[in-house]
Amino acid sequence: MKAWEMPATMVAEMVREGSLSAVEYVSKILERAEETEPRINAYITLLKEQALRRAEEVDRTVARGEDPGRLAGVAVAVKDNIAVRGVENTCGSRILKGYRPPFNATVVEKLLREGAVIIGKTNMDEFAMGSTTETSAYGPTRNPWNPERVPGGSSGGSGAALAAGSATLALGSDTGGSIRCPAAYTGTYGLKPTYGAVSRYGLVPYANSLEQIGPMARNTADLALLYSVIVGHDPRDSTSLRDSDTRLAHVEHIDPSRLRIGVIRELVEDPVDPRVSRAVWSVISKLESMGASVEEVSLPLVEYALPAYYIIAMAEASSNLARYDGTRYGFRAPGATWEEMVVETRTRGFGWEVKRRIMLGSFILSAGYVEQYYVKALRVRSAVRRALLELLSKHHVLAGATMPIPAPRLGERIRDPLLLYTMDVATVLANLAGIPALNTPADVVDGAPVGAQFMGPPMGEPLLLGVSRLVEEATRFRDEVVQP
Amino acid sequence: MKAVIGLEIHVQMTSLKTKLFCSCPADYRGAPPNTHVCPVCLGLPGALPVVNMEAVKKAIMLALALNCRWVAEKVVFSRKHYFYPDLPKNYQITQFKGGGGMPIAEDGYLELEMGGDVRRVRIRRINIEEDPGRLVYTEGDITSSPEVLIDYNRSGIALLEIVTEPDISSPREARVFLEKLRAIIEYLDIADLDLEGAMRVDANISLPGGSRVEVKNIGSIKEVEKALSYEMVRQKSLLSRGARVGRETRHWDPVRGVTRPLRVKEEEEDYRYFPDPDLPPIPLPRELVDAAAALLPELPDARMRRFVEDHGLRREIAYALAMDKRLANFYEETLKYYWAPRTTAVMLAVDYLGFLEKNKLRMGEDRLTPKLLAKLVRLVDEEVITPEQGKHLLFRVAREGVDPEEVVEREGLRALRSEDELRTIVRRVVEANPKAVSDAARNPRAVNFLVGRVMKETQGRAEPRLVRRLVVEELRRRGVRVEA
Repeated sequence: MKAWEMPATMVAEMVREGSLSAVEYVSKILERAEETEPRINAYITLLKEQALRRAEEVDRTVARGEDPGRLAGVAVAVKDNIAVRGVENTCGSRILKGYRPPFNATVVEKLLREGAVIIGKTNMDEFAMGSTTETSAYGPTRNPWNPERVPGGSSGGSGAALAAGSATLALGSDTGGSIRCPAAYTGTYGLKPTYGAVSRYGLVPYANSLEQIGPMARNTADLALLYSVIVGHDPRDSTSLRDSDTRLAHVEHIDPSRLRIGVIRELVEDPVDPRVSRAVWSVISKLESMGASVEEVSLPLVEYALPAYYIIAMAEASSNLARYDGTRYGFRAPGATWEEMVVETRTRGFGWEVKRRIMLGSFILSAGYVEQYYVKALRVRSAVRRALLELLSKHHVLAGATMPIPAPRLGERIRDPLLLYTMDVATVLANLAGIPALNTPADVVDGAPVGAQFMGPPMGEPLLLGVSRLVEEATRFRDEVVQP
Repeated sequence: MKAVIGLEIHVQMTSLKTKLFCSCPADYRGAPPNTHVCPVCLGLPGALPVVNMEAVKKAIMLALALNCRWVAEKVVFSRKHYFYPDLPKNYQITQFKGGGGMPIAEDGYLELEMGGDVRRVRIRRINIEEDPGRLVYTEGDITSSPEVLIDYNRSGIALLEIVTEPDISSPREARVFLEKLRAIIEYLDIADLDLEGAMRVDANISLPGGSRVEVKNIGSIKEVEKALSYEMVRQKSLLSRGARVGRETRHWDPVRGVTRPLRVKEEEEDYRYFPDPDLPPIPLPRELVDAAAALLPELPDARMRRFVEDHGLRREIAYALAMDKRLANFYEETLKYYWAPRTTAVMLAVDYLGFLEKNKLRMGEDRLTPKLLAKLVRLVDEEVITPEQGKHLLFRVAREGVDPEEVVEREGLRALRSEDELRTIVRRVVEANPKAVSDAARNPRAVNFLVGRVMKETQGRAEPRLVRRLVVEELRRRGVRVEA
């Protein structure tokens, strides 16, 4: 088995027991990245020397007879909207070019405490606004399975790095599907945690009330391992759950014959692409044949969830992105006065999609419209949450497609914002409701994977991870690294 | 002409140890620029605010002290958006009524005694918010400096915003209101308002027939009175000439003592308020508010009443003491050593304050202690020295920290009370001043002159009233007809 194909659990175990040199393994990952990056562009920053130095440190720790931690030596890719001290933090935007945060995100601190090697910062849609990783100011990321197709987004770099073997684990962030979407299109496992389970401290905000940092991996055990490292209460994040801890990270053993699955009709029927539906049903049938009971349920609110999601996300985004003005850090355009400098910096620093969302968000929050749009969207949000919790009181998990269409070709969706936004119809539900949701690979369509989505009750991660393991056993879809 | 005045007061909670949303020290004064900063108060991407609960407690105490009939059932922070270089996020975290947000308290009042009348100034609301950074103008001021530096040490300092209804009818009343508010804030140990910039006031003023003019950012209570007086004169003269007083915002120039136009207010700015998604509402159970009410210390009004009723002080003296927490504490401390409330009160509120003012000192910068003052008061009270001597000795004690009992002993300052001894001196003085004696019948000032000579001979050790009686007796004895 090649180093870049190894599961994280295996790497960590071998490094800890001294049978694998972290430096050797990390060098192999870096070689792999050198090879795949020209075609894939999964990384904005690849940390070559820094990763090797860090790997040396891990090896020395082992040599001293000490335990480097549960992620000993494992190459973890970090999405470029998560702060790593001293490393450029662009969020895929020109406006943050050159910005190096003087602090680590809480999740990064946790990775480092467990011996992880941060291999680089991955490409993403600008400020996580997109579902294809095409809005990045640093060029699009391509899908390693089929470079003509997008890897999904916005955590497309993280998904692509896993599929290409240039990382063993990856962190993404999920505001409306940004982990699950690239997981679906790159044949990987991705978890959006319960809102508040993982600290957002150090995550550059797009829509604070919706997003979570989450793990991405090539198999369920790796996914659970990475999740167990990053989960937990953080006093620095006021939205962090008090009772969030590693107990949320274990993989619940599930007796399939007692598992009740609700399949959300709206997420497997038209307008969902029939090829995607077939792939999702094939996964569901496998679980059913293992003894699970399957029932179709309806969630008519799906229709309203998407606009509500975009209204809330854009409103919060317009506020969060106000701070990028060239005064303190990042890109600054010249200007005769402060006002001119700010206008010019924002004009040149932000891409089109970001500007669109700032404009719409500012409009949504403006006096006279805030009640009509924002406050109404919050009511839809509560209704969606109630409806999902109601369904989850009858079914252990809810299932459906992760993405309604197979991975689009580059340029296919991004031309039309509405076409782009409708890609998120199935994923935004979990963000609106704050519940955990996970993508498992389902099948390969047109040479690129599609995924099945499972949603669970709040704090239901162990259950979801258990279901993920069942799916993985049934589909045998694991540790897939492709040659781009 | 009666003015309609409303005030918006910003008070820094200088007694807090840390800023409102991070653990940077709250005491930023005198620190080199941009040294008391962290990712949170610099608004770096990904840094998150955590509420300083001490600030919330102080705000509740103030709300109760200002008789607020409505205290929020939860603490909600909202974002107020505007672009300004001192605001690192380009939004200020504050409180706002609307869209789910609310102030910490509403609907209070403060009672003032104005020339025997009791006036009630209603408090519209109290907010908790963060202070922006500080702009440093390298030349001139906001209207003339060619460049501006930014110091973010002040960024994130906890502020209380207190907004009154337009219930104030004169600049003097505004001053009395602010002095009382200031006393309450000091009693609650919220702030030391002697610190530069700790209290900043925006004042709205309109006269019948004119529009509302806002004077921004006045730095002290005295300046508020001056700025409002200036505005009254300015607006009156405009109106009397038939000119229009338009709605505008003006800037107070304390050096020249004038207000100058800052900008014309055409319409309300749209701050796009919405509840900050990084700060979930904090429930404020009634028990907590009740507990805070039980912890309220004795406030200035109650203390003044106690001084009048229990100590027998004159109202004005009691008011002067009670309105100054440190002075009132000093007074009560002195009484613990020696119980002579009236003498002590007059010495503090009249003589001591006069001494401080004359020497441009603040309390604590001199050497008077309650123990020394108690000794001094006893000397006067037991008529060892005269009140006049007491006053002079007070100045010496305050300057030099000497023990008054020792000084009296060493320098033989005991009051001269023997009438025989005094008569001898009186006789000597009368014989030495025949001109004054002959004038005395027509000119009462000649008597004063003789009394003065005697006082001088006794080095101030005699009681002036006694001396006067003896002088008059002596003159009558010599056949001069003088009034008693």
